[in-house]
Parts: sequence; structure tokens; C-alpha cells
Amino acid sequence: MRIVVCVKHVPDLQSDRSLDQDGHLVRGEDDVLNELDENAVEAAVALAEEHGAEVVALTVGPDDAVDAVRRALQMGADSAVHVVDDRIAGFDVVGTAKVLAGAVRALGAETPVDLVVTGMATMDGLTSMVPAALAAALDLPALTLASEVTLEGSAVTITRSIGDADERQSADLPLVLSVTDQANEPRYPNFKAIMAAKKKPVTTWSLDDLPDVATAGAGTTVRSAAARPPREAGRILTDTGDAGAQLAAYLVENKLV
Amino acid sequence: MPELDRPLLVVADHVDGALTHPAAEVLTLARSLTTGPVSAVVLESPDTAALGRYGVATVYAPELGGLAPTVSAVAAEAVLAAVRQADPAAVLLVSSFAGKELAARLAVALDSGAVVDATGVTVEDGALVASKVVLQGTWETTCEVTRGVPVIAVKPTVVEAVAVDGAEPEVVAVPVEFSDAARAVRVLSRTEHPRERAPLGEARTVVVGGRGVEGDFSLVTELADELGAAVGATRVATDEGWIEHAAQVGQTGVTISPRLYIGVGVSGAIHHTAGMQAAQTVVAVNSDPEAPIFEMADLGIVGDLNDVLPQAIEELRRLRG
Ligand SMILES: Cc1cc2nc3c(=O)[nH]c(=O)nc-3n(C[C@H](O)[C@H](O)[C@H](O)COP(=O)(O)OP(=O)(O)OC[C@H]3O[C@@H](n4cnc5c(N)ncnc54)[C@H](O)[C@@H]3O)c2cc1C
Ligand SMILES: Cc1cc2nc3c(=O)[nH]c(=O)nc-3n(C[C@H](O)[C@H](O)[C@H](O)COP(=O)(O)OP(=O)(O)OC[C@H]3O[C@@H](n4cnc5c(N)ncnc54)[C@H](O)[C@@H]3O)c2cc1C
Repeated sequence: MRIVVCVKHVPDLQSDRSLDQDGHLVRGEDDVLNELDENAVEAAVALAEEHGAEVVALTVGPDDAVDAVRRALQMGADSAVHVVDDRIAGFDVVGTAKVLAGAVRALGAETPVDLVVTGMATMDGLTSMVPAALAAALDLPALTLASEVTLEGSAVTITRSIGDADERQSADLPLVLSVTDQANEPRYPNFKAIMAAKKKPVTTWSLDDLPDVATAGAGTTVRSAAARPPREAGRILTDTGDAGAQLAAYLVENKLV
Repeated sequence: MPELDRPLLVVADHVDGALTHPAAEVLTLARSLTTGPVSAVVLESPDTAALGRYGVATVYAPELGGLAPTVSAVAAEAVLAAVRQADPAAVLLVSSFAGKELAARLAVALDSGAVVDATGVTVEDGALVASKVVLQGTWETTCEVTRGVPVIAVKPTVVEAVAVDGAEPEVVAVPVEFSDAARAVRVLSRTEHPRERAPLGEARTVVVGGRGVEGDFSLVTELADELGAAVGATRVATDEGWIEHAAQVGQTGVTISPRLYIGVGVSGAIHHTAGMQAAQTVVAVNSDPEAPIFEMADLGIVGDLNDVLPQAIEELRRLRG
């Protein structure tokens, strides 16, 4: 079995993040593997350990983004593919999904890909659109936002809780799977795993290596981008016995009830 | 405001046969953007009376042939069949998790683009321009789809739903050829959560309990009932099993933009505030004066929730007679 896990390199949530004049995200020193993709890597590696499989980590992003797949290798992926090309800068979800799909197809041409695993969202774009877009681009079934995953034979069964319902869904491999942060507890690589990861192969591809990716680019554009003024702190009061009454009065005075 | 003169198509979400409030908001928004007709596509039996009240002239009803519309490929292929029939200037929908997946698939199939989590849409130079607050509320952007039929998913509660005097719409059945990939997903079971209060994403007031409630949501619930509010929680509270996972507000839970947010025993971690920074008024009750949530609170109360909440509830009852 061959599993591809998609991971994104994103600015650290705690850093000062910004957009440039074109509305593109400014990438910097503090970029990390998207936190929610650790759950995707964990799901892929755990399935591989249980059922026997090779795990390929895949990222689309600039030079530094190789760090994201390196982290995935430390967590147990066997090899990695980094798609990097200046022409990809500023792609939207549709463009990104087409590139990811092209890379999955190229990997599948070597050895068939049974499962593509993604996280539920990235901490920068945060659209949660890529998994569905990728499934559409690959014409594969999709099981998304899984909080539990099991594989029996060739059937994957998931539990998902979205909106105001819980659902169990199932489909046969090959398919695209996205997992939430409820799905598992990502492992923390030890020294041995970190050293072993250094020897694992990382392949770099450009758009020229993905002949069947339509040169779609982005179908969306950012017209304007501006930093918002930070939310200002208001009145702080310390309870000396009447704070509850003051809270009630505040709500009534400000017509919030 | 300049308007389009072409038809717009809205994916009109229903729950239990009734048009949802967020869908009514998107229909209201669509009416303000075009002088052309607003039509709806509906994936279950349409609430024609409500659709008429929100100005819909034509309802497209794709034939699902027994497939579940909660499978995103099924929903997307059904909506796509309606798009092909209606030939709209744009498709608008609600930005829920399901709506975002649907938007993604439509944009791929139409080879266009999708903007999700839009907080507003206007017409500029004949194009739809969507505003979007990004990077956990720290940046404001406007975006546009530059190719094909634009798909725009609008966040709940950012538009006020306004009804009009409309006639019953015409319902048009739409045949759909489903792909193997859509047919491949089997829905084994589905359990709807009971709707005891206002749904979190649609509520005007939300009271959120965090670790500080130490397992007991009764005061939070009592205050919420007093305010007609929805009850939310931090991830700590849902992980501990004090309340259902669906109540989680934040990055990986529900994003809310209520008029009033009250956080009780909530520290204000960025994963949480990402999901509530759009609240108009923020009130926080926390015993730790250093809690980061105070930096964004319009009213911050440093105190024990077990003292503050009972008094506030009692006083609210007294003030409101
Ligand atoms: C602030 C901001 C707002 C944006 N808004 C929009 C928008 O409304 N519409 C739009 O079309 N584009 C938008 N984009 C662009 C879009 O986010 C990027 O193109 C991005 O590469 C894919 O989307 P995402 O980061 O939202 O991923 P999500 O869909 O949130 O990610 C889900 C999963 O997909 C996988 N994944 C995502 N990107 C990659 C990658 N590059 N390499 C490998 N795996 C990946 C990961 O497993 C991830 O967990 C926005 C970008 C930014 C920075
Ligand atoms: C990938 C990822 C995604 C996440 N997504 C989310 C998300 O979507 N939503 C979310 O909420 N979190 C999320 N988290 C978790 C988040 O980082 C925080 O851990 C969480 O929000 C903290 O919850 P809390 O405020 O209830 O608990 P704490 O941070 O422990 O704060 C509890 C607060 O209660 C106060 N308190 C204690 N006793 C009392 C009392 N008697 N009276 C008044 N105040 C009291 C304390 O002073 C403290 O400030 C995520 C984390 C990760 C890693």
C-alpha cells in the first residue's frame, strides 16, 4: 500500500503574520509544519504501521517549505516530494489542488497510490477547501473531517461530527481522507527518528515534472489587504462583591439583553 | 450601490424541511447585488413559502436518486447540474464546513475560483468583490474571482436577513448524472444533535465556558438561558467531555460572530480567539488578571465565576422584572 500525506509549511501562529502588497502571505523565519497536518502525518504513519504501507510526504511551496516534509520524515514518513516553482507563487486553492493532484498522479505512475491523507485546515489560509478540491481534481471519493478512522480490507470507515450531526461514512480505496485534530495524538519524534530522517530521500519537482497539470494559476485575486487595528481592551474591574450586578447593569445599559 | 443585471444562484440550505437562517441571509445579500432574478438550488424538499419570502423566483431541485446530500461530491454534482441549467453570474452559499467543501468542488468543476468565509460582498466595476478577515482577525482583505463563474461562501450572521413580498417560486426538477466517486461514499449512520437552543453559528449572543467551570456547565447554561443565548465551549471543556464536541468555538471548532460573547473561565488562547474575534462586544469573567482574554474584552471582570455568575443572573432577572 502507498499513502501520500499532504503537508503545508505555514507561518507560526504566534508570530507577527502579514500580507504583502499583492495580498500574498509573507513567509518568514518562523515557518513551521502546519500544526493540523501533524494529525494527517500521524494518521498516515499509524495506518502504515498497522497495515504495512509506504508513506510519502508531499508539499507544494517555496524553498523553505522543504522543512515541512522534513518534519513529516521525522514523524515516520518514508520519503518526500517537494513541488517548488516560482510560477506557483500566489496560487489559490484550485491552483494548489491541481498541483497536488498532478504530483499524486506522478507518484501513482511509479507505484499506485491507495490513500491521500490531508489535515483539516491550514493555520494560514484556513479555507478547509483543499481536501475536497483535491478529491475532485483526482476524481476520487473523499472522506473528510474524520475524527476517527479505521481501515479494514480496502474499506475506510470514518466518524465525523460537523454542523449539528454525527455521521459515519465509508468508502473503498483509493480515496482522499482528511482528519481533524480529534483523530489522534501526533507523536513527538525522538533523537533517533530525527537522525534517521536525515537519510530519507526528498525529491524536488517543478511544474515541468507534472506534465498533466493545466497551467491554471489562480482563479482568485486579492484586491486589497490591510492590517486591522488590534482590538482595544476596555474596562477591567476586579470583583469586590458586586461584579455580578455590574455585569448585569452593563448588559442592560448597552442593550445587549 | 451599483448592481449586476444577471441572475444569481444561491445554495439554500435547509434543516428539517425549513430554510436555514444563514441561507436566508445569503438570499437577502444576493437580492442586493443584482437587478436580475435570484434563484435557489435546494438539496431536499424546498421550503417554498420561505424561499418566496426571500425573493426567490425559481427553485432548482436536483434529483438525488437516493444519494445523501451530506456527501460533498453528491451535493457538488447536484448543484453543478443546477448551475448549468440556471447559467448564473455567480453562485453564493453559506460558509459552513459543508459549504466550503461544496465551494471548493464547484470551483474545480467550473474551472473558476472560490472565496470562502466572506464577511460581505459588493459589486465594483461590474464584478463581485468579497471582503474577508484573515490571519485570525488581524488582516482585512477584499478578493475577487477572476475566471469563470465566481463561487462565494458567506459567513453566517454578517448580513441581516430581510423578507420581501414574494410569490411562491416555481420549482424545476434537475436531472443529475452522478460520478462513480460520488456514488462511492456510503453513509452508514447519521445522528442529528438535539436543537435545544439557538445554533452556535447563528446565535446573536453566545456564552462560552472554559476550563474554569471545572466540569459544571450549569451556571453557563443558566446565564445563556437568561440571555436567550447559545452555549459554547473551549476545546479543553469539550475534550474533557463536559459538553458535546459540537459546542467547541475556535480554530478547529465553530467560528462565531455574535453581537455579544461572554467567556467564563476562558483564558483566551489564540486557537480559541481565532473563532470569536469577530464578536461585536466581548465580556470576560476570569479569576486571573493576567488572562490574555482581558486584552480584547470590552468588559473584563476579574473574579470567581461561582460568585459573579449567580449574582449576574439574579440581577438580570430583577432588572428585567
Ligand atoms: C489569508 C489567506 C486567505 C486565503 N483565502 C482563500 C480563499 O478564500 N479562496 C482560495 O481559493 N484561496 C485562498 N487562499 C489561498 C490558499 O489558502 C492557498 O492557495 C493554499 O495553498 C491552499 O489552501 P489552504 O491553505 O486554505 O489549505 P486548507 O484547505 O485549509 O488545507 C487543508 C489541508 O490541505 C493540505 N494542503 C493545503 N495546502 C497545501 C500545500 N501547499 N501543500 C501540501 N498540502 C497542502 C494540508 O494537508 C492541509 O491540512 C488564501 C490564502 C491566505 C494566506
Ligand atoms: C491544533 C490546535 C487546535 C485548537 N483548536 C481550539 C479550538 O478550536 N477552540 C479552543 O477553544 N481551543 C483550541 N485549542 C486549544 C487552545 O490552544 C487552548 O488550550 C484552549 O482554548 C484553552 O481552553 P480554556 O481557556 O478553557 O483553558 P485554560 O487555558 O486552562 O484557561 C482556563 C481559565 O479559567 C480561569 N479560571 C479557573 N477557575 C476559574 C474560576 N473559578 N472563575 C473564573 N475563572 C477561572 C483560569 O484563570 C484560566 O484563565 C487548540 C489547540 C491546538 C493545538
